[in-house]
Amino acid sequence: MKDLIKRLTETFGPAGSEGPIRELIRKEVEPYVDEIKVDALGNLICLKKGTGGGKKVILDAHMDEIGVIVTHIDENGFLRFSNIGGVSPVVALGQRVYFENGTFGVIGSEKLDDIKDLKLDKLFIDIGATSLEEAAKKVKVGDMAAFYQPAIDLGNRMVAKAMDDRIGCAVVIEALKRLKQTQHDIYAVFAAQEEVGLRGARVAAYGIDPDVGIAFDVTRTGDTPKAHTMEVSLGKGAAIKVKDMSLICHPGLRNYLVKLAEDNDIPYQMEVLERGGTDSGAIQLTRAGVPAGVISIPSRYIHSPSEMVDLGDVEACVKLCVAACESPLDF
Amino acid sequence: MDLRTLTSLSGVSGNENEVRSAIIKQLESMGIDYECDVMGNVIAKQGNQGPKVMIDAHMDEVGLVITHIEKNGFLRFARVGGIDPRVLVSKRVLVGKDKIPGVIGAKAIHLQERDERSRVIPIDQLFIDIGAESREQAQGKVKPGDYVVFDTEYEELAPGIIKAKALDDRVGCALLLEILKQDWQDVQVYAVFSVQEEIGLRGARVAAFAVEPDMGIALEGTVCADIPGTDKEFQATRLGKGAALSIMDRGSIPNRAMLDQLIKIAESEGIAYQFREATSGGNDAGAIQQAKAGCPVVSVSVPCRYIHTPCSIMSMSDFEAARKLVIKFLESVEGGFRP
Amino acid sequence: MDLKEFLKKASLAHGVSGFEYMHIAQVVKDAMAGLVDEVKTDALGNVIGIKNGHGPDPRPRIMLAGHMDEIGLMVTKIEEGGFLRFAPVGGVDQRVLPGHEVIVYGKRPLTGVIGVKPPHLTSPEETKKAHKMEDLFIDTGLPEAEVRNLVRVGDVVTFKRQVSELMGDRLSGKALDDRAGVAVILACLEELKKYKVDADVYAVATSQEEVSLGGALVSSYGLQPDIGIAIDVCHGETPGVPEWRTSSVGKGPALAQGANIHPKVFEALEKAAKEVGVSVQKEIAPAATGTDAWAIQVTRAGVATGLVSIPLRYMHTSVETLSMGDIEGAGRLLARFIASVDAGFVKELKTWI
Repeated sequence: MKDLIKRLTETFGPAGSEGPIRELIRKEVEPYVDEIKVDALGNLICLKKGTGGGKKVILDAHMDEIGVIVTHIDENGFLRFSNIGGVSPVVALGQRVYFENGTFGVIGSEKLDDIKDLKLDKLFIDIGATSLEEAAKKVKVGDMAAFYQPAIDLGNRMVAKAMDDRIGCAVVIEALKRLKQTQHDIYAVFAAQEEVGLRGARVAAYGIDPDVGIAFDVTRTGDTPKAHTMEVSLGKGAAIKVKDMSLICHPGLRNYLVKLAEDNDIPYQMEVLERGGTDSGAIQLTRAGVPAGVISIPSRYIHSPSEMVDLGDVEACVKLCVAACESPLDF
Repeated sequence: MDLRTLTSLSGVSGNENEVRSAIIKQLESMGIDYECDVMGNVIAKQGNQGPKVMIDAHMDEVGLVITHIEKNGFLRFARVGGIDPRVLVSKRVLVGKDKIPGVIGAKAIHLQERDERSRVIPIDQLFIDIGAESREQAQGKVKPGDYVVFDTEYEELAPGIIKAKALDDRVGCALLLEILKQDWQDVQVYAVFSVQEEIGLRGARVAAFAVEPDMGIALEGTVCADIPGTDKEFQATRLGKGAALSIMDRGSIPNRAMLDQLIKIAESEGIAYQFREATSGGNDAGAIQQAKAGCPVVSVSVPCRYIHTPCSIMSMSDFEAARKLVIKFLESVEGGFRP
Repeated sequence: MDLKEFLKKASLAHGVSGFEYMHIAQVVKDAMAGLVDEVKTDALGNVIGIKNGHGPDPRPRIMLAGHMDEIGLMVTKIEEGGFLRFAPVGGVDQRVLPGHEVIVYGKRPLTGVIGVKPPHLTSPEETKKAHKMEDLFIDTGLPEAEVRNLVRVGDVVTFKRQVSELMGDRLSGKALDDRAGVAVILACLEELKKYKVDADVYAVATSQEEVSLGGALVSSYGLQPDIGIAIDVCHGETPGVPEWRTSSVGKGPALAQGANIHPKVFEALEKAAKEVGVSVQKEIAPAATGTDAWAIQVTRAGVATGLVSIPLRYMHTSVETLSMGDIEGAGRLLARFIASVDAGFVKELKTWI
């Protein structure tokens, strides 16, 4: 599992440029599913047929990560950029980034009189070029870059960039591998462009027209020094979401997941996320409505290049996902 | 139909009647099939086989709407769409269907406190004066709910350089009509003249649902800030440097294959093009992309300085480049291109 | 049917966005029972009453939407001492909270107080700054162990508020936004008994308007109406707010006009009001109306929408104040409007020149 997490998080795939991560995930799940397709927005949709008489279930995890997009190359070869998804200038300053073609860069800043003036507009990427011509050989306006960090194994915990939401992808992939028998048709949707507005999940759900949707994404924790009030903590188990800014999880489904966790001795915690949204927000509002919920992987330092998860929590999420698929889902 | 006519029509978001009627008349004279939907979009179709390509231009412009008539005859108003309040002061407007002339005045300089001029006049202190002396007199000519447009005359400032209101997005409408002049055979062109883009891509959303296209192209008049006081890296586009291709905005990320195809065609055909070097703003492509099970999209725009103000400026050479580029793209679709 | 009694009952019935099934949904279902042919609930908890029309096929399909959800709070953490931290559900002005009584829906309903320091311990500077939501908490008076047994993260909380009957026909209470709209729908259904109606009417008490307009979005998708009328509340006159920004309580329902409203629907609503002698006010809506009408208008290939609003003061507080006469008038004008809709009217909605 650690190796899978490492490979997933270290693979390139900002929203809109998910090519490499999509290929990696496809290879991972191919032996475990019956049908694979890629839709108009680049979602990877994998169907594992059930034994029959069950429901159409979407298990969603988004494969895109936050990143930056080049908007301008100046005469000296510096690149100006804009954000892809939620990128804080404080987090971006001094970070390394990399492009799909292997070009690396560093984010630097204009002179600031006051750190409060720090905005993305004042930053630039330096790829070590000495002129516009030299830079233009390696990058173009419109190219996307991801933050560059190798994954770190801390024993029971792991740190990497793009845990949001490659860890969700890992959970779904592992669940597909462990899933033995299910009556339901399971659509594992590895969604594109979640970070820019839940766009992939929205159209994938329309295409599939599911009976139930469960997303697997990260959620914040309140267990670091002087953190914003939040009950969720690393190491306390799978977080079963009640509400975030994009949806109020279907109470019947949510209570069903809680009972499943209790009946199967899976450690869990209840989650209310005050800022942030997930693909289930889009799935829920598909067509005439879909009961949707989220099983979250608690994570510290979300949207930084060093997001941390607890492997016990990850295992709990996998177990809960498998239990849900193997259950009648009659909430 | 020329840009002079198109930009002179009144069509604030939610009140596109005049523009719609003129476009319908034009389509009828061209013998092109069209339909209106319940929101007021005009959906024209040309071509009977091949992939469905939805090409969208919005008919609506930003403007104002009268909210209240004061006892003394002055008109209060609200903005429809994004307008910087600072551009409203000391401008001429036209109110309602009958285009009653009015002015947005401001306190005379002589009557102001010393530091007043450095402060922005908030919207709720701005009024339209149509010359009425009382509410009753005003009510003879206008009413709350009447829409207001800038009173700007279309002018060619220099050869090929046009000044007008509502270039965003009458340039798109003009482009779309040009595209319909070709006789499309192996591609189904759905030319959508949409409503209410400026207040949330509303018309395009329902039109795309109905059309369910295989590809979408939004035609826009887009931001162009190659002006003093704006650093090169924030200019977005430059006048005269060709058709602007979006790299990303708040509503959509273009389909890479379609964008690469546009670039390939521009380079091989020698058509001037540039990238829209900004990710702010959004357009109907954002709505088309999310229709039903999803649709790959791109945006092709004509750079317009000062959009969302009374006077914007564009270059016909950019218009011509956009026209050629989209037509060649559609020809390549007829020739088998798929994203 | 006693409208005032329904509204008082509805105001007390809890139903925070996403949790309408807890109480308000049943109250609505019970009230709809004698007024429609069938009542059903969809995947997002919308309560849909179906009243079949008598016109020839294709019958016009008219959807009425009044949202039954209310704003509220949600428990985010149980602190040492048993105090509860919370987050808002929907647009809650945290300045109404200090000193307010609430009901926490844990294993059983618990009364709580949002307590703050007494004046004796508060400095003059402190009183000049509004409290921040994250600094407030609920005190149920129970020991921590019992709180942990009865309450968990994710439990919902509502204002504890009885309805006040003020002078005239004024009513004041929580959640009149938009239980008033639901009341209008019931009044309309009752009034429809007097008419021969061509159209199929879908009376929907929608869910989750306050957080996402999600209920209206999915119910409209499922019902595929030709016309969708949202019935919500609009701002009534308030000291400190310029009068041109508000409508008047007691002077009749407000009909909205603007991009979110189909002009022919507006005209027909205006005409219907005149025909039944109901005075109406006009509300100019430049763009988004912030109501279910905004969601309904863009479902599928588009819906012709209208918006009828009940003037209401102090929106999103627990003392929302309105006039019963406005509700009754809105019900009558809507019934007349519905009765006037035939297949020809629906066809005309796509004719613009």
